[in-house]
Amino acid sequence: MTTADASVARPTTTALPRKKIRWGEQIVHLVLFVAAAISVLTTVGIVLSLVLPALDFFREVSPVDFFTGTTWAPLFLDAKFGVVPLVVGTFVISFWSALVAFPLGLGVAIYLSEYAPPRATSFLKPILEILAAIPTVVLGYFALTFVTPFLRDQLNVQVEIFNALSASLVLGVMLIPTVATLSEDAMAAVPRELRDGGYALGADKLQVSTKIVVPAAISGIIAAFVLAFSRAVGETMIVLIAAGQLAQITFDPRETIETITAFIGATGNGDVPTGSIEYKTIFAVGLTLFVITLVMNLISIRLVRKYREVYE
Amino acid sequence: MSAVAAPGSIAGGKPRRLWRNRIFKLGMLGCMFVAFGTLAVLLIDTLVTGWPALSKQLLTGLPSTVAEEAGARPAILATLYLGALVLFFSVPVGVLTAIYLEEYANRERWWNRMIEVNIQNLAAVPAIVYGILGLAFIVRGIGVGRVVLAGGLILTLVVLPTVVVASREAIRAVPDSIRQGAFALGATKWQVVWRQVLPASIPGIATGSILALSRAVGETAPLIMVGAITYVAFNPTLFGPYTALPVQIYNWTKQPDVDFQTLAAAGAIILLVIVLSMNAVAIFLRNRYRKQW
Amino acid sequence: MEAPRIDSGKIAEVSHGLERAEVESREKVFTVSDLGVAYSGNVALQDVNLEVHKNTVTAFIGPSGCGKSTFIRCFNRMNDLVPGAKVSGTVLYHGQDLYARDVDAVEIRRRIGMVFQKPNPFPKSIYDNVAFGPRVLGMGGSMDERVEQSLRQAALWDEVKDRLKDGALGLSGGQQQRLCIARALAVEPDVILMDEPASALDPISTTRIEDLMHELKRNYTIVIVTHNMQQAARVADMTAFFSVIVDDDGAGRRGILVEYDSTTKIFTTPSDKRTEDYVTGRFG
Repeated sequence: MTTADASVARPTTTALPRKKIRWGEQIVHLVLFVAAAISVLTTVGIVLSLVLPALDFFREVSPVDFFTGTTWAPLFLDAKFGVVPLVVGTFVISFWSALVAFPLGLGVAIYLSEYAPPRATSFLKPILEILAAIPTVVLGYFALTFVTPFLRDQLNVQVEIFNALSASLVLGVMLIPTVATLSEDAMAAVPRELRDGGYALGADKLQVSTKIVVPAAISGIIAAFVLAFSRAVGETMIVLIAAGQLAQITFDPRETIETITAFIGATGNGDVPTGSIEYKTIFAVGLTLFVITLVMNLISIRLVRKYREVYE
Repeated sequence: MSAVAAPGSIAGGKPRRLWRNRIFKLGMLGCMFVAFGTLAVLLIDTLVTGWPALSKQLLTGLPSTVAEEAGARPAILATLYLGALVLFFSVPVGVLTAIYLEEYANRERWWNRMIEVNIQNLAAVPAIVYGILGLAFIVRGIGVGRVVLAGGLILTLVVLPTVVVASREAIRAVPDSIRQGAFALGATKWQVVWRQVLPASIPGIATGSILALSRAVGETAPLIMVGAITYVAFNPTLFGPYTALPVQIYNWTKQPDVDFQTLAAAGAIILLVIVLSMNAVAIFLRNRYRKQW
Repeated sequence: MEAPRIDSGKIAEVSHGLERAEVESREKVFTVSDLGVAYSGNVALQDVNLEVHKNTVTAFIGPSGCGKSTFIRCFNRMNDLVPGAKVSGTVLYHGQDLYARDVDAVEIRRRIGMVFQKPNPFPKSIYDNVAFGPRVLGMGGSMDERVEQSLRQAALWDEVKDRLKDGALGLSGGQQQRLCIARALAVEPDVILMDEPASALDPISTTRIEDLMHELKRNYTIVIVTHNMQQAARVADMTAFFSVIVDDDGAGRRGILVEYDSTTKIFTTPSDKRTEDYVTGRFG
């Protein structure tokens, strides 16, 4: 046992240290706040950049015509500005990709969460990440040059060269990792005790997974679905390359359509004179898109809160 | 003597239950197969189609209207520059924002709650809307022009929420006992953050940043909007016009000539190599530094 | 059937604590008057009055939830870090108000150090753990000497002197706790607060920590929280017994100081029946 060193110095003054303003700390706090404020500035910027030109647009085109018109032909001589075809196009794409992504994604999630041995999981999840990491331009290229010919030639599906189906299929597969990882997180958060309770009653794995775990995780799964759908709505490159630029109202996925995002992308890329009415359509349509995704985000948050099971 | 209740739906006949479970498991494996099979088909198809066009000329040459002579050097360089810009801007701002929200912000104050909600919303905004933001402010507003710097800034904004979220998680994972121990020794808040919390969260922050970077590098839509031009036949500079690899691929895809389709595939191979190696690094980092507190 | 009774006299037999008169003759380090602590309006502790004297070991004992940890954290203003925490009453440190408006809480923590229940070494090397405090406080002099001295005082030097650069997380629980003590000693405190320092450790490590307390009290003032009565008897000169009172509607619980006296007296002839019930094992 060592002896305490009696010569250890100790503060000799007993006066309490007075509070001094630590300028370093104040500056740090300020810098941090400024950094955080950048995100707020971004939102302000987005809103301004959408709303102001859009208001300009609506001075020339009546909002009623815009939101209810069924012909979209802004670049024609006799220009028509009905946005409904674009919205329908967006919806068609999102619907069909959801049809692919929701069940497949959920299936993958249930497998990873309830069935897969741990070693398999550690190998499968990174592959899922890779799928999620593929740039959308490559996916669009794949949809156009592989999926469309494949549908036509191998499966004899009469699709146009540019069609909604190819784009939706590829987009749906792209969204599988999104649905799968979020759903799997939600399922992993379900306590073991609930599963054990089911097994102890004599339920088999299928029943425990579908009747106990999935309902318990439903809020997270719904959030995953809504997020994936929102991403489908906002996706640009796949539809721009593979779905076409024909703004028409059709629910047949084999036809060519145009989504909101494809219109924005094509027009923004082209030689549209600044300040012209065609230029302003970008912002009006962009505002529509922004509002749709924002509303979906809010719905998602609301839904999650409503169905959340709180495990103490 | 009361009869034992007849078994309900849970106890089915053994064979029927077995089949049900088998089919279900098969169904799920089918889901996996579709997902991974598509990925495999995509990679193989791209590789096979683009391989013939992969050449030194492609990597180091300038673009041309003649497919055989086209090169993607300016596009590749611009993509690398953009990546560097994104890293340079998004990591400091993102990490500082995360530190502010996790360590400094008083949750009771409305402006802090607004910042948090804000970041969550920004994460849900489609990339092309950021492109519109860039378009409005480049053509009209501050007017930096259709230059590399502008593209880098816009891409930074696109991935900033991702960096913030990843950094917050990494910071949150540091146990509070470490902070308490440091405070108890007489350290100030910034000393605790800078000397204990941040060093401990670096692996998580690095992983998140690299993943964000890989996403930024693959983004096309915002760049299309802010003027990555079609035909750039010179090396890009910070304040000069440019085109990026994804945009180049898009432009080649649009051309009807099948040779350009092959070029597009080759470009895709290069882009995939860049993006997937970044992902591989991130995954490696995450596994290597998985701490057990 | 009668509840088993602890013979608190036997507990008191191991006490080597100072006599009360001797303790009170020493300089007062802390004077606590009418102290209360509330978290977001819920009172956790109230009406505490006691004095802590120089170079003694003072122990706080009592059932769980009686506010002992809350109380000890008042001495180094760690409760400031908890949002919604309010401290009322006075704590005088060497005669001066610890909670006065213009007192620098950050500096205070250098003088009044703390060791926690679960050892919390930083994920750095052993050397860097001990050196952290002096570095952030800008203390001069040879860091190597400082680290060695602190580790010696914490009875850890011989075990780690050849591996100072190794990670601290590789040490055993008992060693980690002694490292945390060395870390606290490195900034040259006046007082060391210990919140159940050995409760997460095995018996052998516990004994070493207790021996350490005997040594350290020669140069420092030590205050410990412990739920182990034998430990209090073994190390403390003065012991304060805290208990819980429940609100009339049964909803709120608040801690109060029941009795404070020399350790021997608390365990042999306590003045308050509640104290007697606790130390003889009738409750808690």
